[in-house]
Amino acid sequence: MSLVRYIARRLILSVPMLFGITLVLFMIYNIVQVDPLVMIIGERAMDNPQVVEAAIRKWGLDRPIWEQYFTYLTNILRGDLGTSFLTRRPVLDDLRTHLPATIELAVSSLLFAVVLGIPLGIAAGVYFGSLFDRFVWFISLLNGSLPPFWTGLIFLFVFYYSLGIAAGPGRFPPRMDRPPAVTGLLTLDSILDGNMAALGGALSHLLLPTVILGGFTLALVLRVTRAAIVEEMRREYVRTARSKGLAERLVIVRHALRNALLPLITIIGLAFAGLLSGAVMTETVFDWAGIGQYLVRAAASLDYPAIQGGTLLIAIIYVIVNLCVDVLYSILDPRVRHG
Amino acid sequence: MASSLTLSGAERLPQRVWRRDLLRHMRRYPSLWMGAAMLSLFGVLIALAPIVARYPPNQQNLAMRLKAPSAEYLFGTDELGRDIFSRVLHGGRISLPAALIVVAVSLTIGGLLGAFAGFFGGLIDDVIMRLADVTLAFPAVVLALAISALLGPSLNNAIVAACAVLWPEYARLIRSQVIVTRTFEYVTAARSLGRREVGILLRHVLPNAWTPILIKAALDVGGVILLVSALSFIGLGVRPPTAEWGSMVALGRTKFYQWWVATFPGLAILFSILACNLISEGLRNWLDPRT
Repeated sequence: MSLVRYIARRLILSVPMLFGITLVLFMIYNIVQVDPLVMIIGERAMDNPQVVEAAIRKWGLDRPIWEQYFTYLTNILRGDLGTSFLTRRPVLDDLRTHLPATIELAVSSLLFAVVLGIPLGIAAGVYFGSLFDRFVWFISLLNGSLPPFWTGLIFLFVFYYSLGIAAGPGRFPPRMDRPPAVTGLLTLDSILDGNMAALGGALSHLLLPTVILGGFTLALVLRVTRAAIVEEMRREYVRTARSKGLAERLVIVRHALRNALLPLITIIGLAFAGLLSGAVMTETVFDWAGIGQYLVRAAASLDYPAIQGGTLLIAIIYVIVNLCVDVLYSILDPRVRHG
Repeated sequence: MASSLTLSGAERLPQRVWRRDLLRHMRRYPSLWMGAAMLSLFGVLIALAPIVARYPPNQQNLAMRLKAPSAEYLFGTDELGRDIFSRVLHGGRISLPAALIVVAVSLTIGGLLGAFAGFFGGLIDDVIMRLADVTLAFPAVVLALAISALLGPSLNNAIVAACAVLWPEYARLIRSQVIVTRTFEYVTAARSLGRREVGILLRHVLPNAWTPILIKAALDVGGVILLVSALSFIGLGVRPPTAEWGSMVALGRTKFYQWWVATFPGLAILFSILACNLISEGLRNWLDPRT
């Protein structure tokens, strides 16, 4: 199968998945014993007959249930996710302003995990069974056991309140002017603005949440890299490379690592789900104005349209990331396309 | 050595071998036994919480607000003067059983659905697995958050939400196990003896698919402890004043100078998850010969 055809097939296969996601969300909302009208316009607007009537018409609440799903779907496709009770703004606009913060945090956490995790994992795998290997194993075990909402607090206590060497909660120093918004990613906007002080401010605020959120992913990347390297180093091609007199460093980098990277690609897709889940907690602790924090606030105040819209957005992002991972994998390992 | 055995020695042998094997097993799989020991210790402490703790978990003493850890209050007191040591122990009475229930229920529901899907294939397989796929398309915490927000904040709803996000993982795992096991010769043999299909599935296929399920279940007990405490941390799980680790950490969020308020319940979460991860790791080393 050619690459283009493979990508096309995967794209087409994602469509029923997206339908399924909307169907599941729709079902969850219909199983719950709350008046759907209250869910759309909120308690307070129930006294206003005009609002009630408009909502019934817009979401087809007087129609049979399958028609309601159809209306819900067309509204989503039009980009209409309803109006948040909390902010009184369209949910889509809210999500648009919160998404860049989450992307910035997730990407920097992923970078942190990969940049630190792959070299450490290689070292642990090459020196399999050594003291260093055991140390790395222990660290990754510990990292996989830490509750991020708690570790975040401890980091804030220690590095911000006690030692004063790290930036506090929030995305940006409170007394500094934010760079003009282009992408919404404060680091990128600072660079585009050529404002190095702003970049420093944004980076200093990014540091602690990145370590907390990336820590969990780091444990995953470490473990997978280590296991893959251990396995590859036993293969015959490694023995061949050694026996032809190749330096050990080249045997690792040119031969073993290339093959060990394949399972890592899959893990990164998996890690992304972990990052989105972890973002919910990390953003809450660090007052990071992203989708996770938006969702938590919405959940706490029963802002149904916001919960539904936020969950939908995250699921869609997740499907897209998995699609990209599959495509990347098929480029690196053509066997997948023929499977 | 066998030739020198007397009759009486031979009679005593099995017990000694059993003991020696157990010791050797402990030495070979230390993480399994360390995790199990940690979890048993927690279990005993939690079961004896009313005796071990000096104060009831919800007894307020405003004269003793926010006291640092001392011999009287091992883990200090919170803003209502409640004994944090007692609250941590009593919190375990919620988190550990809740996690065990969630894993048991998800394993049963997901396991049966996955087994039927894998064994019978066809339409059943398609319907069950597509539902599982779609559920797994949501990051676990996000879907659990949405479900428990809709159902309303309570422990039971948090448990329901956790089951709702966990069952598809078991369905997938057991389905793939069953598909592999189904092709083995002893299944064909059972079939040729005229056993009914459901009987073959329950009696022959499932018992041989246990290993990865056990490893995952141990890991998931820790994962659910984290999930439930996270839900409580953001105000969606257990409601105050009930002592629960996640909501106790949340109480310490604004206590920058009273570090003990958030630290000890967090440590309880950390060590419980660590114990589960150790057990899972040990089980993997023991039962999965590939590693």
